Amino acid sequence: MAVISYIQAVTQALKEEMQRDEKVFVLGEDVGKRGGVFRATDGLYEEFGEARVLDTPLAESAIAGVGIGAAMYGLRPVAEMQFADFIMPAVNQIISEAAKTRYRSNNDWSVPMTIRAPYGGGVHGALYHSQSVEAVFANQPGLKIVMPSTPYDVKGLLKASIRDNDPVLFFEHKRAYRLIKGEVPDEDYTLPIGKADIKREGTDITVITYGLCVHFALQAAEKLAEEGIDAHILDLRTVYPLDKEAIIEAAAKTGKVLLVTEDNKEGGIISEVSAIISENCLFDLDAPVKRLAGPDIPSMPYAPTMEKYFMMNPDKVEKAMRDLAEF
Amino acid sequence: MGLEKINMPQLGESVTEGTISSWLVQPGDKVNKYDPIAEVMTDKVNAEVPSSFTGTIKELAAKEDDTIEVGELMCYIEVDGASSDKEAQGDKETVKENDGEVKKEIPASQAPADKNEQPAQTNQTSKKRYSPAVMTLAQEHNIDLNEIDGSGRDGRITRKDLENIIKNGDIPTPSSSKEVSEDDRQTSASKPSSEGIKTEDGDIEIPVTGVRKAIAQNMVKSTTEIPHAWMMVEVDVTGLVELRNSLKDEFKQKEGYSLTFFSFFVKAAAQALKEYPQLNSTWAGDKIIQRKAINLNIAVAKENELFVPVIRDADEKSIKGIAKDITGLAAKARKGKLTSKDMEGGTFTVNNTGSFGSVQSMGVINHPQAAILQVESIVKKPVFQDGMFGARDMVNLCLSLDHRVLDGLVAGNFLARLKEILENMNKEHTSIY
Repeated sequence: MAVISYIQAVTQALKEEMQRDEKVFVLGEDVGKRGGVFRATDGLYEEFGEARVLDTPLAESAIAGVGIGAAMYGLRPVAEMQFADFIMPAVNQIISEAAKTRYRSNNDWSVPMTIRAPYGGGVHGALYHSQSVEAVFANQPGLKIVMPSTPYDVKGLLKASIRDNDPVLFFEHKRAYRLIKGEVPDEDYTLPIGKADIKREGTDITVITYGLCVHFALQAAEKLAEEGIDAHILDLRTVYPLDKEAIIEAAAKTGKVLLVTEDNKEGGIISEVSAIISENCLFDLDAPVKRLAGPDIPSMPYAPTMEKYFMMNPDKVEKAMRDLAEF
Repeated sequence: MGLEKINMPQLGESVTEGTISSWLVQPGDKVNKYDPIAEVMTDKVNAEVPSSFTGTIKELAAKEDDTIEVGELMCYIEVDGASSDKEAQGDKETVKENDGEVKKEIPASQAPADKNEQPAQTNQTSKKRYSPAVMTLAQEHNIDLNEIDGSGRDGRITRKDLENIIKNGDIPTPSSSKEVSEDDRQTSASKPSSEGIKTEDGDIEIPVTGVRKAIAQNMVKSTTEIPHAWMMVEVDVTGLVELRNSLKDEFKQKEGYSLTFFSFFVKAAAQALKEYPQLNSTWAGDKIIQRKAINLNIAVAKENELFVPVIRDADEKSIKGIAKDITGLAAKARKGKLTSKDMEGGTFTVNNTGSFGSVQSMGVINHPQAAILQVESIVKKPVFQDGMFGARDMVNLCLSLDHRVLDGLVAGNFLARLKEILENMNKEHTSIY
């Protein structure tokens, strides 16, 4: 198996799906000749041409709208929002149209579209290049939201998203793009959307998280293992709809649960995870369910000290994990 | 003079590492601040890395084509003389650049360890704060949480503590620590009654000590632990009364003590118990112990004290023998001479409530026995018999039973048998010797 980076996994998945199915095409700002500002679509324009790799105007609602229309007519568009922060003009298209088309048309129409968007902070991107936007979409039945943490998951889940017959929001952590590397099989594979994955087995505390924070938790867990604290880490992978069964199982396993996200604390994905645990695991809980998240302020600041304060990191996760283990 | 580090700078969004395409300096070269020292290639850009200091390049930490993560060491530079003390101490350059971080890390990794070691021994404020998981496990495995030292913060017992105990099979159950739990019960028996009760002028406060306290504890224990059920039968003891009344004066004269009605009832109870040993038993948590010996407690009251001395092997004694025991025990009780041996080993209690004129009462079972029989007053009543009224001596027998041990059927059979025995006691058939 080859070791590739997180962003290479994105590129490979796109390329292989476009080779496999001619209905698949990509569209977005700078995805064509430029190969994407992060290089996620590098080489696709050369291989598949301008008809299947569309450079669009700076109009996110149009990117989503064109994708929805094409999808309803049977194509499988993969739209890129250059940054997740820029998705806001497309929210009406995504929530009012993409998410509801199958339901509204009584199954006559569907929107097999994938929208990719890089999210997350820690890259000195400041306000409009650092946000986590998953919570905005995480109460819209009809949508699926995938947020993978490893190259293996990226490739398997992006392929599954493209093949899915309903709209999927696929959020990629931009800091993970070149930071995270991992083994990816050479052969074609997909991973199930809606299934969480245990990234580390442990018996003392359970950490449930997603995206880049999975790696922070894994790093912290390695350090804590030296102190005899054995952490169980569940990677949600799909944050909407949530894998309730896996969440309940992971929470019940140790009875001490830490939920981690770099998004703002209130009203986020982990708040829903917490609700699932409190509904189902009362008699297994050995400690209050803890949430570790960004502060409830509008966005990630630019000043490095402030960004550090806002952004999640392994030290913060380690401290919270130790605190819970000692409870 | 001091050593400084030059680290790989952040060269753009999402860039986490850079590859040194060529070094522009060699060890020994003098450089000014902002002079380029290397060309670095990243996924997004090719850039020159400037020196952060003025000084002499000391050592290159990477070769050309090496890939270095952002923030990692590229090379050491010896800073010129003007460098401060701070830099002089920075001899150990590895510590130097990370100064801020290192400082943070030390308290972070040591402080909790200290916190853990010291207050853990003294602070037990969370010892009795049980989480739902701990309560569940304690209940499922019948674990006495008082016996466990918690490893959590402030002495809290963690789920893991219990899981380890269960795994090792080293479970402290409530019975293995009976003294502790009895102490608990003692306080719980006396405490609530004192709370929220005011003493008004003229009220007399009587301190609860000695026997009174023991009675209180036993009664609370009996009524809280034992699920009581109750039943009563009415018995025609006309024959028994005739028998006893015909003998009592002569008996008193001959033996020197009274032939009480109660002796007959005790004898009858012993006989019925022999036939229904289920009532002569004890609830022992996971089993019921059926006693072989029939040792009957009788209640003897003295002012505000109550004793329950034992008539041993009552089934082996005649009515006379029982009457003798009763007289002896009652006399001892009144003189305060009862020994613990007189009180031990009871298997069933017969209570002579009739002596106060009671006709119906609900006895509290003498823990840990399974039942108590209350013998009420004998009352002359008009009773239908063979189609006509007759004056008969009637008595109520009341039985309180531990419903964990006994059900209505066996208790009913016992009472029916007791009734039969008593109704057949008469001058013709019964000998008191």
